[in-house]
Amino acid sequence: MLELKGLNRSFGSHRAVRDVTLEIGSGEIVGVIGRSGAGKSTLLRMINRLIDPTSGSILFKGVDVTQLKGAELRDWRRRSAMIFQQFNLVGRLDVLNNVLMGRVGHVSSLRSLTGLWPRDDRAMALSALDQFDIANLAAQRAETLSGGQQQRVAICRALVQEPELLLADEPIASLDPRNTKIVMDALLRINRHYGITVICNLHDLDLAREYCGRLIGMAAGSVVFDGAPEALTPDVARDLYGLEANEVMDPNGGIRAMPMPTPAATVAA
Amino acid sequence: MTPSRAFDAILADERRSAMRGAALVSLIVLACLFSLWATGFFDAQRFAESGPAISQLASEMVPPDFSRWQTWLRPLADTLAMSIAGTALAVVISLPLAILAAPNTSPHPAVYFVLRTLLAFLRSVPELILGVLFVAAVGFGALPGVLALSLHSVGMVGKFYAEAIEHVDPKPLEAARAAGASDMQVILHAVLPQVLPQLTDVTIYRWEYHFRASAVLGIVGAGGIGFELMAALRLLNYDQVSAILLSILACVVVVDSIGAFLRKSLK
Repeated sequence: MLELKGLNRSFGSHRAVRDVTLEIGSGEIVGVIGRSGAGKSTLLRMINRLIDPTSGSILFKGVDVTQLKGAELRDWRRRSAMIFQQFNLVGRLDVLNNVLMGRVGHVSSLRSLTGLWPRDDRAMALSALDQFDIANLAAQRAETLSGGQQQRVAICRALVQEPELLLADEPIASLDPRNTKIVMDALLRINRHYGITVICNLHDLDLAREYCGRLIGMAAGSVVFDGAPEALTPDVARDLYGLEANEVMDPNGGIRAMPMPTPAATVAA
Repeated sequence: MTPSRAFDAILADERRSAMRGAALVSLIVLACLFSLWATGFFDAQRFAESGPAISQLASEMVPPDFSRWQTWLRPLADTLAMSIAGTALAVVISLPLAILAAPNTSPHPAVYFVLRTLLAFLRSVPELILGVLFVAAVGFGALPGVLALSLHSVGMVGKFYAEAIEHVDPKPLEAARAAGASDMQVILHAVLPQVLPQLTDVTIYRWEYHFRASAVLGIVGAGGIGFELMAALRLLNYDQVSAILLSILACVVVVDSIGAFLRKSLK
């Protein structure tokens, strides 16, 4: 369904994503793992076209989405919803209106000028909130919610886009363990209940193993592992994380001890 | 480097920056004193000679003569209407210009640059001059006053709006774009909700300012209470001048408190 072919992205001289070729089937829940800076986020953003690839192509159901422009590009983004580490809600706006932002791709351009949402869209947004037990918060400002609640609002925003693909960029990195479970369960539910393909960036290996049917390991911009969670042996995991650890480590590094002031007690004595 | 030598270096740095600060403050004080001298403020003789004239004027202004108050009601109401109309016009013109003049929503750096320059130009032309020009263009009355107020204000309000837009949190904009929003929808659903409180604040402040400014605009024939004020000044009716000034003051107090109320309830 989704095919990435020879995908590259450079920022200046830094190659964030190197020659990634992948195929992801409909209905899969895929965890992209690796350390920070491994290129996971850039990869996900390229799929949604928030970042354009330097070279390579992304095919969705046979259509190269890297070539889309204007209304077609906006429709592709509508179909490939995105969830962010920082939730990216409008803090001042109430929860319902934040969810309704997911409907931008569905309202006609003329209607969107009024800034008013159709009644059916409101009902849909509310029922999405209800599925994740936060319908009672609909009228509250988003900024008053806890992190876990905010991420569920963001998931609802993605859901009302009626997407075929859900891209989650470190969705639980800003959350405590309890909210982590709530949000990961919500993503799993979207995958199982709605049959939406989910691609989720995670740096937590255990979590990725628990929730994802397939893991893709990235290091220094390249895919270094692709397989079932069971295939990810401790040795492979060490390779995946260790490879980068060696690169990041400063060979001359180490922290030198700082001289401290003489303690007052010594001075007094 | 041993710690004590490192600390000496830090302390020396700190002393140097303190000295720089002191030098700067002394320079500013010197500039102020020089300007006061250059404009004749230290000329004690002129003040001494002006004493009788000032006391003469003051005695003519007191007590204020409110006998013509009924003829001032309409011009005062005009001034109020001018301030509201001028604000409305300024907002309607400023908002689209501000969106084009904010780097994060501007379609192109050239557009951004041209508009910033245009806004700077508009606010550098005093509204009194604009008033004179519009009186010449559309004739006496409130209309040239409204046009002068709004055009000058676009330069100021547009700049403040653009700065508010420039400093929005970019994350919701990214989310809107990722959901397939058009540029227009990004502005409507992600930018405007974030800046609405600042825009309201600037607008209300500007309305308060417009009332005071429109009182002056009458002097060049652009309608409102300023016209009456000018007439009383020309006829040397200083007791009426002070009465009109007091009436304007009363209205300013009312307008400012309505502004404060709006600000609180629109938060």
